[in-house]
Amino acid sequence: MSEMLLMKGNEAMAEAAIRAGCEGYFAYPITPQSEVAEYMAREAPKHGVVFLQAESELAAINMLYGAAGAGFKVWTSSSSPGISLMQEGISYIAGAMLPCVIVNVNRGGPGLGTIQPSQSDYFQTVKGGGHGDYRLITLAPSTVQEIADYMGLAFDLAWKYRNPAMILMDGALGQMMEKVQFKPYTDPGRDLSWSTRGKPEERESNFITSLFIKPEEMEQVNLQLQKTYREIEQNEVRYDSYEVDDAEMVLVAYGLSARIASKVMHILRDKGLKVGLVKPITLWPYPYKILSDLADRVKGFFVMELNAGQMVEDVRLGVNGKKEVGFYGRMGGMIYSPEEVAEKAEAFARKIGM
Amino acid sequence: MGITVSLENMEKIYERPKTLKDKVMHYCPGCGHGVTHRLVMELVEELGIQHNTVGVAPVGCSVFAYYYMDIDMQEAAHGRACAVATGIKRMMPDHYVFTYQGDGDLAAIGTNETIHACNRGENITIVFVNNAIYGMTGGQMAPTTLLGQPATTCPLGREQAANGYPIRMSELVAQLPGTIYVERVAVNTPARVRKAKKALIKAFKSQELKKGTSFVEIVSNCPSNWKMTPVESNKWLDENMLPYYPLGLYKDEISGE
Repeated sequence: MSEMLLMKGNEAMAEAAIRAGCEGYFAYPITPQSEVAEYMAREAPKHGVVFLQAESELAAINMLYGAAGAGFKVWTSSSSPGISLMQEGISYIAGAMLPCVIVNVNRGGPGLGTIQPSQSDYFQTVKGGGHGDYRLITLAPSTVQEIADYMGLAFDLAWKYRNPAMILMDGALGQMMEKVQFKPYTDPGRDLSWSTRGKPEERESNFITSLFIKPEEMEQVNLQLQKTYREIEQNEVRYDSYEVDDAEMVLVAYGLSARIASKVMHILRDKGLKVGLVKPITLWPYPYKILSDLADRVKGFFVMELNAGQMVEDVRLGVNGKKEVGFYGRMGGMIYSPEEVAEKAEAFARKIGM
Repeated sequence: MGITVSLENMEKIYERPKTLKDKVMHYCPGCGHGVTHRLVMELVEELGIQHNTVGVAPVGCSVFAYYYMDIDMQEAAHGRACAVATGIKRMMPDHYVFTYQGDGDLAAIGTNETIHACNRGENITIVFVNNAIYGMTGGQMAPTTLLGQPATTCPLGREQAANGYPIRMSELVAQLPGTIYVERVAVNTPARVRKAKKALIKAFKSQELKKGTSFVEIVSNCPSNWKMTPVESNKWLDENMLPYYPLGLYKDEISGE
């Protein structure tokens, strides 16, 4: 195990990517994650990693497309408005089945919004964003340690399934300093047979494309993608659960909200309310099953998000009407206090007969 | 009746380059894309660089370039070819990387990516086919459509007041310090085809110097959307395109003075 360090989330992310053997990083500066590009500019050359500041997020995501298409382990990061600009490229990357990692350090929107943290890009990330039927493997860290841990995992999942992976976090996690320990990383090996590194005599030419003009072919490509998505849903669902064994009500929260939810849980437990917490780690594939199972024995669920209520729709899908689902959110860069949420959650708990 | 020809005693002096796949192209009769594809693939064969060349296809008529060019290729989103090529070249600086783009792709939706790639001096070759019209979508106005030239989105002819001026890309990118070689050629006569090939070879070979971007503009035709026969279109090109887009060398810093 390596030494314990004190690092900013954005810097831990960049360091973890380098330690996970990334070969290139292309990005455009945007608050609240510009430290990532600054860190990469400083550290990448020391490790033979390519760093390039693009002229726009549009260019950055397409540089990523080119580099990933040539079979390199590459990534980018941005924040909400920049991620919106990247949606075209993300759709193409998904359609062309290119593995890469994209980090969204979510800030409040819509529009230019605010530079303060938010979780309002959940829908964009897990329900689409760009055009077409595609999915992003999505990991949601809630601590600086998890940012570091999920970076290598994101690369591995992206390459295992030849599908883009996104790390969805927020400005608070990017900016906060916490202790972090980088775990040793071993690349599980990557298949490069499909990549464009120049055609040797012995094989046919490779080409990277998302264009299949005949609907019969395009449908087959879609079926292939869907098959991959079902595999990912089968194999890669990740979540943590806390004190759910005796719980009568379960809090559901991810990322920054999950750490606040943990405090909410303790406040309510101190009041004698049996409250547990489910923290989805993968937002897609979503941990529906644990929620469905819990719905058979708890009285209700309470979802907290820094948005108007986005993930709560997935919680409702998991619960499927079996129990009531409450919600509390703040928007526009405002962060709730544990006490504030505890009050709302307690009122909901009383309502469902606790 | 008839003459029996034996191929045995004949010397083959012209054939499909090995780097061009044996496929019937989808291009319209008389279109300059077929010739231009061939020129690029001839030079890849002659330079012996098939194994370390990666091409980037655009969106437009040449979107399927990878069906014909027998090299590793990537299909870029509309206008993003230069960014995609940048990503490839930065990861593999010793490979030959080129984009093949039309006027809409390179000079309208992708102008930003084009200018910044040229300005950074990416060591790539940009093959720019300018036929002053949107071919694939069916004859709409291009950024390079001439004043007075009709298109389906300017049926009475391009008007400066409404649509601005046709953009001269070779002149523009030659101004940027990142370009090392810029030449405008045409493929509407055999002599010009030979000259175009020389320019393309020079452009590709300049990548070895790692000194900047090479840019070859090919003034071409679009008989279908210009609504002319191929012969008429080649004549129209001479009379209308070339006065506004003069052929010639716009920049050559290859020798390094």
